[in-house]
Amino acid sequence: MRLSRLSRTMLGVVTGLILLVVYLPLFVVLVNSFSTSTSLSWPPPGFTLEWWGKAFQSAGALEAVATSVGIAVVATVVSLVLGTLISLALQRFEFFGRDAISLLIILPIALPGIITGIALNNFFRTIMGVPLSIWTVVIAHATFCIVTVFNNVIARLRRTGTNLEEASADLGAGIWTTFRLVTFPQLRSALLAGALLAFALSFDEIIVTTFTAGSGVTTLPIFILNNMFRPNQAPIVSVIAVVLVIVSIVPIYLAQRLSGSEQTRR
Amino acid sequence: MMRTSRGARIAATALAVGSIAVLAGCGTSSGGGAAPSEAAEELGDYEGQVSILAWPGYVEDGSNDPAVDWVTGFEDETGCEVTSKSYGTSDEAVNLMKTGDYDVLAASGDATLRLIAAGDVAPVNTDLIPSYAGVYDFLKEKDWNSVDGQSYGVPHGYGANLLLYNTEVVSPAPTSWDVVFDGASAYSGKITAYDSPIYIADAAVYLMAHQPDLGIENPYALDEDQFQAAVDLLKEQRQHVGEYWSDYLKEIQAFETGDSVAGTTWQVIQNSLAAESAPTEAVLPEEGATGWSDTWMIASAAKNPNCAYAWLDWIASPEVNAQATAYFGEAPSSQDACDYREDCEAYHAGDADYASQIWYWTTPIAECVDGRTDVECVDYADWTAAWAEIKG
Amino acid sequence: MTDTMSAPPPARAVAAPRRTPARRASAWLSAHPRFRLAFLLTAPLFWLGVVYIVALVLLLVTAFWTVDSFTGEIVTEWTLDNIVTVLTGALYQTVTLRTVGVALLVTIIDVAVALPIAFYMAKVASPRAQRFLVIAILMPLWASYLVKAYAWRSVLSQEGILEWILAPFGLHTPGYGLTATVITLSYLWLPYVILPIYAGLERVPDSLLEASADLGGKSWRTLGSVVLPLAFPAIIAGTIFAFSLSLGDYITVNIVGGASQMLGNLVYTNVGAANNLPLAAAIALIPIVIIFGYLALVRRTGALNNL
Repeated sequence: MRLSRLSRTMLGVVTGLILLVVYLPLFVVLVNSFSTSTSLSWPPPGFTLEWWGKAFQSAGALEAVATSVGIAVVATVVSLVLGTLISLALQRFEFFGRDAISLLIILPIALPGIITGIALNNFFRTIMGVPLSIWTVVIAHATFCIVTVFNNVIARLRRTGTNLEEASADLGAGIWTTFRLVTFPQLRSALLAGALLAFALSFDEIIVTTFTAGSGVTTLPIFILNNMFRPNQAPIVSVIAVVLVIVSIVPIYLAQRLSGSEQTRR
Repeated sequence: MMRTSRGARIAATALAVGSIAVLAGCGTSSGGGAAPSEAAEELGDYEGQVSILAWPGYVEDGSNDPAVDWVTGFEDETGCEVTSKSYGTSDEAVNLMKTGDYDVLAASGDATLRLIAAGDVAPVNTDLIPSYAGVYDFLKEKDWNSVDGQSYGVPHGYGANLLLYNTEVVSPAPTSWDVVFDGASAYSGKITAYDSPIYIADAAVYLMAHQPDLGIENPYALDEDQFQAAVDLLKEQRQHVGEYWSDYLKEIQAFETGDSVAGTTWQVIQNSLAAESAPTEAVLPEEGATGWSDTWMIASAAKNPNCAYAWLDWIASPEVNAQATAYFGEAPSSQDACDYREDCEAYHAGDADYASQIWYWTTPIAECVDGRTDVECVDYADWTAAWAEIKG
Repeated sequence: MTDTMSAPPPARAVAAPRRTPARRASAWLSAHPRFRLAFLLTAPLFWLGVVYIVALVLLLVTAFWTVDSFTGEIVTEWTLDNIVTVLTGALYQTVTLRTVGVALLVTIIDVAVALPIAFYMAKVASPRAQRFLVIAILMPLWASYLVKAYAWRSVLSQEGILEWILAPFGLHTPGYGLTATVITLSYLWLPYVILPIYAGLERVPDSLLEASADLGGKSWRTLGSVVLPLAFPAIIAGTIFAFSLSLGDYITVNIVGGASQMLGNLVYTNVGAANNLPLAAAIALIPIVIIFGYLALVRRTGALNNL
C-alpha cells in the first residue's frame, strides 16, 4: 500500500504521541521514586536516593518479590502441562463438546477477576474446608494461565500440521518418543512465549490473589496494595515499579524473538 | 478424527450435569458452628506468636515511625512474635474474623455484638488480666463489651469522629457539621465522608440538632421516618462528595493534595497531617458527634490464646495504653495511663459525663436501642442496603 | 532384480524394537484414538472442571440463598429474593448501565487509539522500529497494575502533573470520578488491545494491499475494503479484553473513581463489608450474563481464535 509521505509522517507522529501518553504516568512514578515528598505532590520538592536504598533493603518487599516469583513459576509450569495437553486434544481430535471446552478455557480470563476470586474463595474455604494458603493462590493462578499457553500452542499446532508426526510413527517411534523428538521441538518456542505471558499474568495478578491468599501470603501486588498509601512506603513502591519495568526488557525481548513473528517483506 | 456415538454424547452430558448437581447439592455449608466457647480458666505457656487484627495505628512496631513502637517491648517480654493486620471499617473486621486467622481483635461497639452473636469471639476471663483492674469503671461491663455480666474484652479507649477541614480553603473556621451537609455546596466535589453504613448515624446526629421535630433520641435507633430523613440528607450530601474513605491513609493523602477539603475524620489522621505540615485542623462540632469505644477481644478459634491474653494485659497496662491512645488520638482507658500523658484533659479522660455525650458506634437492631417499644427500628442490614443506594 | 527372494533375509542394520511395556502401551494407544483423547483430556478437564466450573456453579447456587443479617451465617433456604432485587432494584439498574457504559467507552477509546499505532507498527515501520515499538508497548505491562492506577491518581490530583500542565490554559484536571476512571482504564488495557490488533494487521498480506492499489484503490478505500475486514476478528479479540476487564474492575474505581460505584464495587462490598455472599453472587450474575452474551456474539466473527 502506498501511503503518501504525509500520511506516513502523520501516523508516525500519532504513534509518538500515544507512546508519550503511555509513558507519562511511568515517568511520574520514576520521578516520585526520587522525590523527597512522601505525598507524591507535583512538582517534587526535592530529590533523594533514600528510597532506592531502602527498597533494596526492605525485607517485606524482597520477600514479596520472592513469593510472587515462586507462585508464578509453579503456576506457569502447571499451566504449561495442562495447556499443552488440552491444545493437543483440541487440535488433533474432533469430538463432541470441543467448542464448549475451548470456551471453558477462556472463561477464567474472560470473566471478571472478582467473580473468579469469590468463587474460588467460597470453594476453598466453605466447600472444601481448606484454609487459604500459598497453594490456593497457585491453583487459582494456574487456572487462568492455561489460556495463554493454550493460545500459543494451538496456533503453533495449526501451523505445523501432523505430517512430521505421522512420518515419525511410520518410522516406528512410539507415542512418547514422537512427542519428545518431533512435536516438542516444534512447540518449544510457542511454549516459551506462552510461559512468559503466563508468568507475567501471574506475577501482576491482584484481584483473584486477594481472595485466595492466606493471611501469611504476601505477593508483590498485595505488598504494593498494602503500602501504596503509606507515607513512608509509597516511594518504595515506586522504586519497585521502576525496577520491574527495566528488568522486564529482557523477557519481552526474548518473547519477541521466540514467537517467531515472520517479518513481512515490504 | 473420530466421532462419538450419539448415545455416548448424551451419556457424557448427563454425567457432567449430574455431577455438578450433586456437588451443588452439597452446597455451601454454613461455616463453623457458632458454639459459644468458655472463658479460659488459667494461662498456660506462651505459644511464641500472636496474630492481631486492629484499627490502623493500634499495633505499631516502629515501621511507620521508629519512635512509635509498643510491639517490640511486648515481643521481648513474652517472646510472642506479633503479626498484625489493620482494617478500615467494622464491617471489614467482622468479615475478616470469620476466616479464623486472628487471635486478638480490637473492635468498636458496632462490631462487638455481631461478633459475639456469631460466636467468633470468646468470653474473656478478666481475672487473668492484671491491668484490667485499673481500667475506668464506666468503660467496663457496657452493652457493647459484655453480655449478661460476662465480659468479652478489655476496653481500650474512646474517641469521637471529628470534622477535618482545610484551613486555607474552608473559612471561617467551621463549628458545625453543616459544612458537610447543608452548606456542602460551597465545596462541592471536595467533601469526604466515612465509607460505612454506620455513617448514617452521623446524619442522624445532625438531624437531632437541625430537625428536632423528627424526634430522634438516639442516632442508632431510627424508625422508618427518621431513617428516611437521614438517608435523604445523605443523598443530598452525595452530590458534593468527591470521595468516600475507609482507608485512613487515603484520606491523609487526599487532604494533603487538596482533593478533599472537609469531612469526617479521626484524630490520628489530623496528627499525621500536622506532622506533614498540611494546613488542616480537626474540631468537634457543636451538634456533637458519633464516636467509638474499642474493646480488645479474643477469637474463639484463637490458636495462641495465652499470647492473646498476654497482649490484652500489655496493651491495657498504663504506660503502653497511654502510648497507643496518644498516638491514635483518643482518651486512655485508665487513670494510671494519664500519668504518662499530658493531654488527658483535652481528651476528657475519666470524664464519664463527656464520654456519655459521644454517640458510640453500636449495631442498630430492630429492637430500638433507645428503649422505644411502640415502633420498630431499622436494623443494620437495611442500613447496609441503604448505604449502597446512597452512594449510587 | 536381486536374488533376495530365495536367499535368507540379511541381518537387520537396526535391531528390531523390543516389546517393552512402554511400546505395548504406545501401540495400543495408537490403535485406540478415543483413549488417547481421554488420556489427554483427563487432567486439564478435571482441573478446570473441579477447580473452576464447580466453584463457579456453587457460587451461583449461593445466589439463591440468603444470609442472616445479625450473625452473618448463610441460610440455605431457596429463594429468588436476591435475583429479584438485583433485576428490579433501581440501584442495580443504574450501576449496571453505568458499568456497561464505562466498559463500552473504554473499549471504543482503546480501539480508536490502538488502530493507528498498530497499523503503523504492522505496515509502516521498518523491521527494527517494529521490534522496538513492540517492546515499548509491552514494557508498561510489567509496571504493576496497581502502581499505574496509583500513578494516575497522582497525575489527576489537584496538585498533580495534569493540573500543572493545564493550568496555564485555564483548564483543570477532572479530579476523581467517572472521567478519571475511563481515562485510567483505557490506559491500563491499551497494550492488551494493541497486541491482537497488531498481530491481526500483520497477518494481512502486503500482496493484497498492493493488488488493491493496482486495481485503483486509494489508501482509505484499501483500508476500508481490504484491511479492516481481514483484521476485524483481531479487533474484536482486542475488545473482549478491554470490555471484560473494565466490566468487573473495582480496584481502579477505588483508586481514582472518587465516590462512584461500578458492578465490581457492589460485588466487593457485599462480599466484604456487608458480608452478604448470596447478594454478591446475584450481582455477579449480571456481568456473567453480559460477558456470555458478548462472547456468543463475537464467536461467529472468529475473534476467539485471535486472542
